[in-house]
Amino acid sequence: MIPAIEQLCEAVRAAVPDAVLEIIPSTPAAAQPALLVDGAHVVAVAKYLRDDPSCRLDFCSCVTGVDYLAKGSIEVVYHLYSVALKHGPVVLKVRAPRDLDQCRVPSLTPVWRGCEFQEREAFDLYGVKFDGHPDLRRILMWDGFQDFPMRKDYVPPADYEWEPTPHDEVLKRAKAGGGIMPPSAAVEVKK
Amino acid sequence: MITAPIANMTGKIETQTLEVSIGPQHPSTHGVFRMDVVLDGEIVRALKPVIGYLHRNHEQLAEKMAWLHSMPYTDRLDYFNSMTNNWAYALAVEKLAGIKVPERAEYIRVIMAELSRLQNHASAIGFLLQDCGAWGTPLLYAFREREKILDFFETVSGSRMMCNYLRFGGVRVDLDEPMLAMAREIVAKFPKFLDEFEKLMTTNEVVLARCQRVGILPKELAIAGSISGPVARASGVEYDLRKVDQYGVYGRFEFGVPVGPVGDVYDRYYIRVLEMREALKILQQALRDIPAGPAQAPEVKLRGFKIPAGDGYGRVEGPKGELGFYLVSDGGPKPYRYHVRPPSFINITVLEDMCLGHKVADAIIILGSIDIVLGEVDR
Repeated sequence: MIPAIEQLCEAVRAAVPDAVLEIIPSTPAAAQPALLVDGAHVVAVAKYLRDDPSCRLDFCSCVTGVDYLAKGSIEVVYHLYSVALKHGPVVLKVRAPRDLDQCRVPSLTPVWRGCEFQEREAFDLYGVKFDGHPDLRRILMWDGFQDFPMRKDYVPPADYEWEPTPHDEVLKRAKAGGGIMPPSAAVEVKK
Repeated sequence: MITAPIANMTGKIETQTLEVSIGPQHPSTHGVFRMDVVLDGEIVRALKPVIGYLHRNHEQLAEKMAWLHSMPYTDRLDYFNSMTNNWAYALAVEKLAGIKVPERAEYIRVIMAELSRLQNHASAIGFLLQDCGAWGTPLLYAFREREKILDFFETVSGSRMMCNYLRFGGVRVDLDEPMLAMAREIVAKFPKFLDEFEKLMTTNEVVLARCQRVGILPKELAIAGSISGPVARASGVEYDLRKVDQYGVYGRFEFGVPVGPVGDVYDRYYIRVLEMREALKILQQALRDIPAGPAQAPEVKLRGFKIPAGDGYGRVEGPKGELGFYLVSDGGPKPYRYHVRPPSFINITVLEDMCLGHKVADAIIILGSIDIVLGEVDR
């Protein structure tokens, strides 16, 4: 069995002494508390969780981003299981500021290969840059797309056909409260 | 006059690398999927999957509607298995909210999920053999059986493929006795189809020549690459969520988890045949033991359904692999975050590793053996 989250937290603290750790509760029914790790030490913590004989979390099941607009941060969530010992999940969370320039966390693809496409998806939809990812490109949206559509403050363009990315006019209209559709979207061809 | 090249020919033919874009409109890509392939002669030297042609931001849609309203949208993820998609979403929500499901509903869910598995695996290997060049016959044999199961789904839920059948805390319609009799008949007749199918295909010389030792996925890479479902088990990873998590009432049934010795295309074909036989065992036990009682927990509200704030992850063993839902609730009527963990999407992470060094024709059947559905890959 996987040790309780408090013991796991202590074990991680002993293995990676400088890591800043925090336990985040889930809903009482789900009972999947998470371990929040600071970005600088997440790779070391991940390697410990994968290699430690009592954890052996060799299977990174699910990677995703969550945009907490009110808190001003984007959270990347990793759900880890062990195929060898058949236990889990251990939930690993990393936070980054929402600001596009600073929104970066280290990639865990070198630790678990299965993160590769899922981290690309988190980059594509949330704009999280994963340092050390071997091939960080858009995966679901098209290459010319500029914004990150799963962010909570994303404003969709009026018409994808004519306005592939939400340019200034659309954002201005949305800010003014005039709705996102222009009076005649079809004739507004960009030069 | 071509004297010079022949005179220079000393046994080695120089080839040039060629970049080919297979798809998105290619019959063997199982939908709008593209592979950018670098070929040296016929040999694959690099392969990059290109996806997103069917992307509709399913997750954002779900975050803009009430919890229950996205249940019919989950049907459209893996449109072969709407029943297991429903179950994965319902299971995640029930886990977050702490809802207990009545026993009869659990049995009905097992029956529906295992019938889904039967028709999914039958058509998956039908498509795989079609990719191998067995044009029509195996696929249509498989579709003939699938049709009977879809008829059953239609009788129960009103729809053949987009069933929208499960609800939080139960199922939408209870099974009556004629419906159960229909399911029993399907289960009784299915082994005959399997035997016939195996006689045609399992030891077929062409199938053996095309599939054995092609596209081997080593066990270590399967685990590290988060590969799940029949693809992982064909590589010898003994990991079946029905056994590991024992969600629902799977702990009560006796069934085996077949694992493959090599992890090539042939193992991925045969593992599905064996899993169908195990699914039949589960179905026989479930149809025998199904208890009487309510099929829906009465305390779960349909309108104004809310979940206490927090997050959680629920997963089921879908026919294509581990299908999970990560949900975050802020206590409101809508999910704050709704994330799907689609098995097809993650299983193509290692597609390049499996295809390198093989011929381009093998790349097609390696893709076929993973069994992807683009509705789920692109979401």
